[in-house]
Amino acid sequence: MKVIVPVKRTPDTAGEKVIDPGSLTLDREAGEAVLCPVNEFSIEEAVRLKEQHGAEVTVLVVGPESAQSTVRKALSYGLDAGLQITDEAIAGSDSLGTARVIAAALEEEEFDLVLFGGQSTDARTSLVPAAVAELLGLPSLTYARYMEVDGDDVIVHREHEEGWDVVAAKLPAVVSIVEAINEPRYPSFKGIMAAKSKPLTVKSLSDLGVTPEEVGAGAASATMYEFAPRPPKEAGTIIEDDGSGAVAAQLADWLVEKKFV
Amino acid sequence: MTEMLVLIDHSDAGPKKVSLQMLSKARELAGITGDAVAAVWFGPGAADAAATLGAHGADKCYHWDSPDAMGYVTLPQVEVLEELIDEAEADTLLFASSNLVKDVAARLAIRMDAGVITDVSGIDLADDGRWEATKEVFGGDVITKSTIAEGKLSFIGVASNAFPAEPTDAGPAELVALDHTLSEEAMAAKVTEVEKVVAADRPDIGEAAVVVVGGRGLGSEDGFGLMEQLADLMGAGVGASRAATDAGWYPHRYQIGQTGRTISPTLYLGSGISGAIQHRAGMQTSQNIVAINKDAEAPIFQIADFGVVGDLYKVVPKLVEELESRD
Ligand SMILES: Cc1cc2nc3c(=O)[nH]c(=O)nc-3n(C[C@H](O)[C@H](O)[C@H](O)COP(=O)(O)OP(=O)(O)OC[C@H]3O[C@@H](n4cnc5c(N)ncnc54)[C@H](O)[C@@H]3O)c2cc1C
Ligand SMILES: Nc1ncnc2c1ncn2[C@@H]1O[C@H](COP(=O)(O)O)[C@@H](O)[C@H]1O
Repeated sequence: MKVIVPVKRTPDTAGEKVIDPGSLTLDREAGEAVLCPVNEFSIEEAVRLKEQHGAEVTVLVVGPESAQSTVRKALSYGLDAGLQITDEAIAGSDSLGTARVIAAALEEEEFDLVLFGGQSTDARTSLVPAAVAELLGLPSLTYARYMEVDGDDVIVHREHEEGWDVVAAKLPAVVSIVEAINEPRYPSFKGIMAAKSKPLTVKSLSDLGVTPEEVGAGAASATMYEFAPRPPKEAGTIIEDDGSGAVAAQLADWLVEKKFV
Repeated sequence: MTEMLVLIDHSDAGPKKVSLQMLSKARELAGITGDAVAAVWFGPGAADAAATLGAHGADKCYHWDSPDAMGYVTLPQVEVLEELIDEAEADTLLFASSNLVKDVAARLAIRMDAGVITDVSGIDLADDGRWEATKEVFGGDVITKSTIAEGKLSFIGVASNAFPAEPTDAGPAELVALDHTLSEEAMAAKVTEVEKVVAADRPDIGEAAVVVVGGRGLGSEDGFGLMEQLADLMGAGVGASRAATDAGWYPHRYQIGQTGRTISPTLYLGSGISGAIQHRAGMQTSQNIVAINKDAEAPIFQIADFGVVGDLYKVVPKLVEELESRD
């Protein structure tokens, strides 16, 4: 079976966030950028498919040239090949625009399963996987806390607020995962070394038959026009306990005063 | 007059709080634009909810009570909404920003070439007649305003607890039954089983007005017994830090933070939590933050409205006693 794992390059959450005053967007290259941590779980699931079904796995990144390091990082977990879509015209795309590029890239590939992260740590919209599925006319079995492939059937437990839905479809299908699905392994030294020589294909929009007008800031369905840091919070009341827990009475008073109880 | 549509998220117990919050907001916005507000309900239960929906702002409630509505993944709702939006000539759809609902919005937006903004905490009408959506990003560090591109349908995903739910004495929503035959494609992914695992008597952390949260400082799974005891006294939901869910002390579904749920309750009460940036990303927008931590230097105190420096195993049991004695 053939599996494609789209992964995102995201700013390190712990790093400083720099806003580009020109475009009013996050300057993604100012701070340190990493492989989106949620994608470590989709990659792990793909590695398991390799182990169980001998799957061939390609990692796909839509991002600037510098995202090549993200592809290599993803390959170091033991994936087989990389595909990077880079084009200046993609900059400023919203989730739906990014989905269009990913879908166009997938249309050129052979695959049985596309394995997404449930949400990226920066945009956090979760819109990309379902939008890609719609563009490709495929079922979207998203937010998997459990996944099983059996022949050409895929079964997923879709996590939601009250529990999960067990859902089934035929391959090819789109799946996204939540972190509860597995415990990612670290890349091995061998994997890191091997990643350097794995095949990596770089394509532009014209290779995919997508015109620049269809993507990027100009085609975005939603535009951000104001971007401001959160106003600092007023310092709160901090009290110290003497070791007996007696201050709980003051906390209780505060909770009552604020009508929380 | 066109209709502003509000997709109702509901459980067996009825409409979720976020749905009533959306309706109240829709009523306010429709008051400005002169639109009507129509709720859209998939699955059973619309008739029982008509009074509540009406009181919160729905003039009408379109409902599709067919086993097909919930029997397949996402597409039944997409197909019905597509038809409805066309027929009602609606240009705005409000939906809850929860995972399964976002998928409906994403697929529908591709189909209808609409614009989508999710996790919105404010909606205003701009001078040009378009919606101005306020959204907090990067874990609440940055507040943004966005708008949908000119001429496109507006699909706006509303964050939980962003707006108050305000009932009036308006009468019940007029029920309008829908009918639809699913396409082949919509039946490609079937729901074979629904597994409900959450305690029915404790509110969902995304909805709850108060959320009691435990972290690594609890030291063991047993600590969550204490968290639940406190939570039940306050009618609160119970959440956890990743350190606690990773340790297996509490299920992952209750994880709060960048890679868990994002909550905005009126009160967050955290014990044994340091306040790492990835945790703050899921709770920073809470209206009030209480922290109990034995380390005065813990970063959570920087955002706490009320902080207690102390041992949680001393303070929380006393707090439980205090609250019990005050009832
Ligand atoms: C990619 C990524 C994603 C992440 N996503 C999330 C996420 O979604 N949610 C999340 O929570 N974290 C997330 N994290 C982890 C995060 O960085 C922190 O490690 C985590 O939040 C720490 O949890 P904690 O506060 O419970 O534990 P700690 O940081 O270990 O803090 C425990 C606190 O308990 C206090 N304490 C100990 N004993 C007591 C006592 N008896 N009484 C009172 N206080 C006591 C200590 O002083 C300490 O401050 C993520 C990390 C990464 C790298
Ligand atoms: N630029 C991108 N390139 C490749 N995959 C992406 C990109 N953006 C988002 N994704 C995928 O979509 C998932 C959900 O992201 P999002 O919809 O942004 O929350 C991520 O976990 C990735 O698998």
